[in-house]
Amino acid sequence: MLKTFPLGGIHPPENKLTANIAIKYLSVPESVTIPVSQHIGAPATVIVNKDDYVKTGQVIATGKGFVSANIHSSVSGKVTKIDAIIDTTGYKQTAVFIDVEGDEWIETIDRTSEIVTDIKLSSEEITKRCLESGIVGLGGATFPSHVKLTVPEGKKCNILIINGVECEPFLTSDHRLMLERGEEVLIGVSILMKALKVDTAKIGIENNKPDAIAHLSKLATAFQGITVHPLKVKYPQGAEKQLIKALINREVPSGHLPLDVGAVVHNVGTAYAVYEAVQKNKPLFERVVTITGKSLASPGNYFVRTGTPVNKLIEAAGGLPDDTGKIVNGGPMMGKALNNTDVPVVKGTSGIILFPSNESERAAINPCIRCAKCISACALNLEPYLLMTLVEKGLFERAEHERITDCMECGSCSYICPAGRPLLDYIRLGKSTVIKIARQRNMK
Amino acid sequence: MSNLLNISPSPHAHGKETTKKLMYGVVLALMPALFTSVFYFGIGAIIVTATSVVSCMLVEFLIQKYILKKPLSINDGSALVTGLLLAFNLPSNIPVYIIIIGSIVAIGMAKMTFGGLGNNPFNPALVGRVFMLISFPVQMTSWPVSAGLKTGYIDAVTGPTPLSLIKEGIKNGESVSNLMEKIPTSLNMFLGEMGGSMGEVAAVALLIGLAYLLYKKIITWHIPVSIIGTIAVFSTILWLINPESNANPMFHILAGGVLLGAIFMATDYVTSPMSPKAMIIYGCGIGLLTIIIRVYGAYPEGVSFAILIMNAFVPLMNTYIKPKAFGEEVKNG
Amino acid sequence: MSPTILITIISLSLLALTASIILYFVAQKFKVFEDPRIDEIQDVLPAANCGGCGFAGCRNFAEALVKADTFEGLNCPVGGSEVMEQAAKILGKEAPVVDPLVAVLLCNGTPEYRQRSSRYDGAKDCRITHNLYIGETDCSYGCLGNGDCVRACAFDAMYMDATTELPVIIDDKCVACGACVKACPRDILELRKKAKKDRKIYVACSNCDKGGPARRACKVACIGCGKCVKVCNFDAITIENNLAYIDATKCTFCRKCVTECPTNAIIELNFPPRKPLPEVQTETANE
Repeated sequence: MLKTFPLGGIHPPENKLTANIAIKYLSVPESVTIPVSQHIGAPATVIVNKDDYVKTGQVIATGKGFVSANIHSSVSGKVTKIDAIIDTTGYKQTAVFIDVEGDEWIETIDRTSEIVTDIKLSSEEITKRCLESGIVGLGGATFPSHVKLTVPEGKKCNILIINGVECEPFLTSDHRLMLERGEEVLIGVSILMKALKVDTAKIGIENNKPDAIAHLSKLATAFQGITVHPLKVKYPQGAEKQLIKALINREVPSGHLPLDVGAVVHNVGTAYAVYEAVQKNKPLFERVVTITGKSLASPGNYFVRTGTPVNKLIEAAGGLPDDTGKIVNGGPMMGKALNNTDVPVVKGTSGIILFPSNESERAAINPCIRCAKCISACALNLEPYLLMTLVEKGLFERAEHERITDCMECGSCSYICPAGRPLLDYIRLGKSTVIKIARQRNMK
Repeated sequence: MSNLLNISPSPHAHGKETTKKLMYGVVLALMPALFTSVFYFGIGAIIVTATSVVSCMLVEFLIQKYILKKPLSINDGSALVTGLLLAFNLPSNIPVYIIIIGSIVAIGMAKMTFGGLGNNPFNPALVGRVFMLISFPVQMTSWPVSAGLKTGYIDAVTGPTPLSLIKEGIKNGESVSNLMEKIPTSLNMFLGEMGGSMGEVAAVALLIGLAYLLYKKIITWHIPVSIIGTIAVFSTILWLINPESNANPMFHILAGGVLLGAIFMATDYVTSPMSPKAMIIYGCGIGLLTIIIRVYGAYPEGVSFAILIMNAFVPLMNTYIKPKAFGEEVKNG
Repeated sequence: MSPTILITIISLSLLALTASIILYFVAQKFKVFEDPRIDEIQDVLPAANCGGCGFAGCRNFAEALVKADTFEGLNCPVGGSEVMEQAAKILGKEAPVVDPLVAVLLCNGTPEYRQRSSRYDGAKDCRITHNLYIGETDCSYGCLGNGDCVRACAFDAMYMDATTELPVIIDDKCVACGACVKACPRDILELRKKAKKDRKIYVACSNCDKGGPARRACKVACIGCGKCVKVCNFDAITIENNLAYIDATKCTFCRKCVTECPTNAIIELNFPPRKPLPEVQTETANE
């Protein structure tokens, strides 16, 4: 019996069109725009000026405060301006504009292809290296990793969980990384284990990636304390609370973090980035991005430098198909729709999906028939139909009582609703309003 | 503007279920029962079913178009389902005008006055049926004896149902073992060779419908199992205490509207509770009330009333019986 | 009379008597003293319970009026000065004169002026669209057209125009309660001083971007050029963050700024059409 999480979940069509396509390197573009906020927390402060020459891997913005991250240049060239760009939301954000000249890397990065297995740094040094290298969670949340590796007073971590699930349809970047850079990923996992001072790590992989499971399981025999576990294919298995429940049967209490049950979760992509940072001195300025879609000529997986415009990726995949109706940054369940393709690829970009126009429109909205399918789909056993009604009527106090802030916005409820009701739209609105109200209440 | 990109909040994918598909799935699940009702009750079954379906859909159409002036929703299949279920609750010799009155009450009063689909607290088909039962007691309690396709319509020969036989017999002091010889055997009742309303007679057809509904995930097992289970438990207890004045549990399950009610009426989305725990309590309540009405109440059949009474408690259950949320209790850190 | 009827009458009467006595004592014991003037004032108020005064309903406002030392800062926009005078008379206080207000939308981005660059397909709620992205146009400040304000209006004073895709405010019905202002997630609705004959002059734009991007997004955007400020003789216009704003309390409705504005961002409403100047006068002006 494959392990899984007991409550809720849905099974959307997997559409892993690029699962068997090896990762290629996307050519460096002519210019990049690197935003200063590619992570959760305070935006970084720019430390370069107009007309400065920067090298690949050089720090161009430093994190502000503890929950923040450094930003490194992904190319070598001249800084043309530091100005606002429209980011994935269409709202403005500060970015560093660089015109590319060659590809000169800073001297400290080890560019050889040799796999370095000895972990020479101590756990504190590892955490410091992650901070310096701008490592953030590459599963999509982009939470600064050094913060997760710093266990606060009074809390204890006894297990590291590695998320190789990739439950979103279409996305295959983690899959290919595990297949092609498996050993580096496992070294990265050992590095994280050392940083957290734990001796057990469990890697969860969904069962639709049998080759990755087999490959990593074989490699893991050479590593102390790392085990690989296949999981039943069910969305959202990759959500941290559901992953912890499935792998070690602990339930993270509402409003708390995984550390409160002794676990820390990291994505396989993050583990790979940690390997590169600690063993190769390479900061985070490049990641695997899946470019996919049913009408694309040649979908694939690419190593992309941050700051590369999305249209360069689409070009490499054969150009924008004529029938494109929607472009999504991320997976279809939790990704953001783009309204232009000039936006840059950032640390959190796991994939770009192009939907044909006949799959881009929402169904018509009908009245709620109280079928309770949204409750059976919710992995946290909330009541989405009720939360939507409460938000529509402005009953935010009751919505707070019904634990609307527990919602992880996975989208299973909206997916399954037969009446096509935009449940998640209103729940998201309710969450932000309730958090605002709670903050004002606490300030008094 | 076909060249503009579409923007919406996530998720950007949607499952295949629609309200229409669910409703038509229920209609499909009712087809075996429709077949057996025509098989046993002939032309009457066809007339009653057709009248019920057409008048339910017509009432909804007229109200939405001329009174409420709102967009039409008769295509979503819910009026069709109500029409079928209403018909299956009726004897096959009921006159057309009574059916029309029943449809007006079911759709007009029990569904549209509350705001249409999704807003009614009581099961519309049952409200229609109970209204007809109380207003036209004679016509609603004269059940045609099945004569296959030769059963007439208005001129059908009528006879007692197994439940009424037992009820009357026990009242008259006869022992159950005597009565058991007069009523059809369990196998007969399973196949549908008994008196009763059109949809309730053939247990086999209803169970095929249940299998289809469960397979297509249109309903979950909680409500049918808890209703039938509770009826089985309580009738067993009564039967064990006094086998001479109480019928056996198999009889109670197969006779009357228990299967029709448990599978199709109580599982109506709009009027049943939302969380699995509440569904089980709801089902147990229906089962208990059914047995109480059958044994101690004035009516021989109690399922319709039991379901309507429990419908009244559903909003309360939805407010206080919540699904156990993830990570709800961690008393020890 | 049969014994049954007699017993019934006596027992029910005793029950009623006991209940009345209990009720009387409970009412006395749990009596809450309330200033009778609160009721008087509540009767004078319009009973709309719209929250325009900033309080939770008319009774709450009545309590606040009774407790307050002066009427400074307290006003019922629905009832206006008439109702405030009556309330003042009951309490023996002074009602300050408050200008009547009316709601105005500071945006004129119709599909003709402000090109659509994407199609929004989510729930039709301005807050949701605003939290999601810039909107269907390239202006991140302008009206989203999903009608939160129309839904918030309790006085039927607003409706969504299908051609302009902007909300329309019906001046006669608007009581300036402020519900639409609160509802708008982009804060582009404003309560402005109501002028005679419902005349209005205002900068119909909320775009704070520099002139270039603003004008690219919308043909009638305010580019912050400052020409209106120069031509105004009454110091009624200020520019902040590339956006001009006309102070309705200082504006004398001379309409010079309307003609001066190069992008037609300033709107004049309910004025008679301008007479074209005859030939002779133009020549004199040119000399």
